[in-house]
Amino acid sequence: MKSTDFDYICPSSLEEVIQILDQYQGEVKIISGGQSLMPILNYRLASPQLLVDLQGVADLNKVSISSEGTTLGARVRWVDIENHDGLRVSQPLLCAAIDHVAHYQIRNRGSVGGSLVHADPAAEMPGLAVALEGILNLHGPQGVRRVHAADFFLGQLSTSIETNEILVSIELPFWPQDRRWGFAEFSRRKGDFALAGAAVWFDLASDGHAMNVHIGLIGTGEKPMRLLSAESGLNGRTLTESMIESVVHQSLSAMSFQGDIHASEKYRRALMLEMVSKAFAQAMRPIN
Amino acid sequence: MQVKMTVNGKLFESDLAPRINLADCLRHEMDLTGTHVACEHGVCGACTVLVNGDAVRSCLMLAVQANGQSVVTVEGLSSDAELSALQASFRKHNALQCGFCTPGFITTAHALLTQEPNCDEDRIREVLSGNLCRCTGYVPIVQAVLDARVAYQQMGVK
Repeated sequence: MKSTDFDYICPSSLEEVIQILDQYQGEVKIISGGQSLMPILNYRLASPQLLVDLQGVADLNKVSISSEGTTLGARVRWVDIENHDGLRVSQPLLCAAIDHVAHYQIRNRGSVGGSLVHADPAAEMPGLAVALEGILNLHGPQGVRRVHAADFFLGQLSTSIETNEILVSIELPFWPQDRRWGFAEFSRRKGDFALAGAAVWFDLASDGHAMNVHIGLIGTGEKPMRLLSAESGLNGRTLTESMIESVVHQSLSAMSFQGDIHASEKYRRALMLEMVSKAFAQAMRPIN
Repeated sequence: MQVKMTVNGKLFESDLAPRINLADCLRHEMDLTGTHVACEHGVCGACTVLVNGDAVRSCLMLAVQANGQSVVTVEGLSSDAELSALQASFRKHNALQCGFCTPGFITTAHALLTQEPNCDEDRIREVLSGNLCRCTGYVPIVQAVLDARVAYQQMGVK
């Protein structure tokens, strides 16, 4: 299908963008790479009065890495992450997950910010933002609002961003080099959205106990989430394969899964257990 | 809205409605019908063109977003004089049947081999996974792209 008519503007500053957002109050959509928005427009699921293109706004495509952590500008594309050697070191789990995002052509235009505000619960970036405890910087007429990823996602395609705010960047906390991590996902075809995906990380205490266990789930429920009950069940213990499986199995059993045309409820739960187990197996591989 | 872009080396200028996507602009405004439109939501890859050298889906980009940029379509990758390396290789390996998806495969493969002339079969398969073909079963397409690599390697990394 073809989209409805809209006006288009390509401002050259962030202030101008915010002013337009404030003026149009929800009748406006921001476009960057358009890899989530264009299908929605073509299907006429959205029919905004005005599109605001970000390509003239400078500095939104920056990656900065410091001892505080890593900041990704909203217009950083998947291909930028793929080709950034520094990020492989400063955020290895993020990079491993982003390798699974979409196809070649889409990776040349799709952006971090676009995926976050689109908020598909099966997408990698929202899931990783939650699993890595990212903080989103939202700019509006009143200034900057810093929102934890866990509070940003409200449900399917729904976030806590206000109509006059724009996501400018996401901050990811500093990542120690000896941190253990793993990522696994399953999709029916390469590049498709995941039926189930898991991002896990933890630190090892000097006595071998696991600390800071984080288990991020992708492709289940209404929004990206962490498996908090399993995290607390594993914290402070020496991890073994069988213990992880039993703790995660118990947590997943208490969770509701939605069956659909692609997979039954039972299959999705079993698949998620498999993905979390795989991610842990990766995280526990010996460091060379 | 006034739009100005370079398409296959020629300047194109027009007054376009913002909702016109790049694929429709190429086909209807410029009669470059080699760019094929199938799914119109970024799944099939038939409409792939190059924007500033990168392969992109032209159904997922507005023509106004290409303002000031350089676009190359499948027409821009061929000459009347002789078959290009990819065209010759697709012919040799019988890498098409109905041909509907072929422009998308050629533009995608051209971007890949230009940017990564030493890519291996796994990388080729990964990249081509963004394009659908319902005739060939993909094996001859992968063979054709593998075979065309040599020509791009000899041209050197651009």
